[in-house]
Amino acid sequence: MDFTLKIWRQKNAKAKGKFVTYKVTGISESSSFLEMLDVFNDQLVTKGEDPVVFDHDCREGICGTCSLYINGRPHGPDDAVTTCQLHMRKFKDGDTIVIEPWRSKAFPVIRDLMVDRQAFDKIIQAGGFISVNTGGIPDANAILIPKADADSSMDAAACIGCGACVAACKNASAMLFVAAKVSHLALLPQGKAEASRRVQAMVAKMDELGFGSCTNTGACEAECPKQISIDNIARMNREFLGAKMGSQKKKVVAGGF
Amino acid sequence: MGNKLFFYSSITKKIVMALAGLFLISFLVVHLGINLLLLSDDGGAAFMVGVEFMTTNPLVKIMEYVLLGGFAIHILIGVIIQIQNWMARPVRYKVEGYSHLSFFSKYMIHTGAIIFIFLCIHFTNFYFVKLGIVSPPEGVGKEDFYQMATLLFADRFYAILYIVLMIFLGFHLHHAFQSAFQTLGLNHTKYTPFIKTVGTIYSILVPLGFASIPLVFIFIR
Repeated sequence: MDFTLKIWRQKNAKAKGKFVTYKVTGISESSSFLEMLDVFNDQLVTKGEDPVVFDHDCREGICGTCSLYINGRPHGPDDAVTTCQLHMRKFKDGDTIVIEPWRSKAFPVIRDLMVDRQAFDKIIQAGGFISVNTGGIPDANAILIPKADADSSMDAAACIGCGACVAACKNASAMLFVAAKVSHLALLPQGKAEASRRVQAMVAKMDELGFGSCTNTGACEAECPKQISIDNIARMNREFLGAKMGSQKKKVVAGGF
Repeated sequence: MGNKLFFYSSITKKIVMALAGLFLISFLVVHLGINLLLLSDDGGAAFMVGVEFMTTNPLVKIMEYVLLGGFAIHILIGVIIQIQNWMARPVRYKVEGYSHLSFFSKYMIHTGAIIFIFLCIHFTNFYFVKLGIVSPPEGVGKEDFYQMATLLFADRFYAILYIVLMIFLGFHLHHAFQSAFQTLGLNHTKYTPFIKTVGTIYSILVPLGFASIPLVFIFIR
């Protein structure tokens, strides 16, 4: 298969980027989108040009490293897959494919198609954890967790933090990511102790980093490679409202009068 | 600077906006109820009873200020959030918007702006006249809303504009209704589909109710 590629090229974070049109030839329809880019980069290097820089790691859809905004959709035209799991048979021979980096103030472009997603790490560092070591695996049924809660928690925990939700959202909002991280902990007893502090800290960090607000368009849910539901966003709104309304007027220091 | 204007978080702003929006949604029903009295073929007698009540009842007079506050809060926060959202994506995509999402949700600021323009026209035609800021049409009392409405709908251009604006109101309400509940965290596998259905019915019936009045004035009277 042959394609025309329109790729965003940008030398570094400060440089002004632009789209460059290329031809790529001899692509197998069974190859993944990233393998297509590997072949294309080989062709570029042979010609003595700089290869296109893009993020990738596990290439089996579980690490959340690959990105790419392909023909107007994060992770391309297929549903519920990451770019590494997108196959070239989803395109027609001779297609023009426009490849852009994630666009968000909070995800600055480092080079070409690679963006800096440390903003997500900073949100996790603000509260997306349990402060104490919860020890080894507890005995079965030592802590009772309703099956429905465990399932919802697991569904939320499937988030790989790729940032497709931010890329897809017209407001570049990170609400689905933060909601997934808040939800998977808030639903389990181990996470409940810090739930109130967690949701406030993570939302505050999300706002500080310059992500947009959620306007409930549902684009994030439609593009999430792990099909995380916007039900989680409603849960986070609920958690946030409860935490804010129920918080003490002044900070209470444990053990003090 | 981040997304923290006025020291309130994005979610707090949205919750306040949703509450104001739901209040405006409930107000529309009251407004429509009074307006539909225009359809009774009694020379405006029933309608003017409604107007009389709405302009003299002390509780309604207090609610008038609450309503103005509701509009102000909803519009102000809506504009602030929209500006922050535009700022969150400084470089736009070359090819964009192919994600599957609810159509009207993409254009809330646009339909909102159209409704705001209508609100300005509407205030000039009625509310400011009542307050005495704008003088009423010649030979019409400043609280004779029946005559004012009749005169306005006699103008074909105004009547058609009114109907078109009601269509945009419907577009806005279609997303707004269920979105407000989602923002408030009121989401449930059993009740959310019901809320969405009610929202769709509301967003069709209410604008249709308003638009039916100029239609009756044009084609029947």
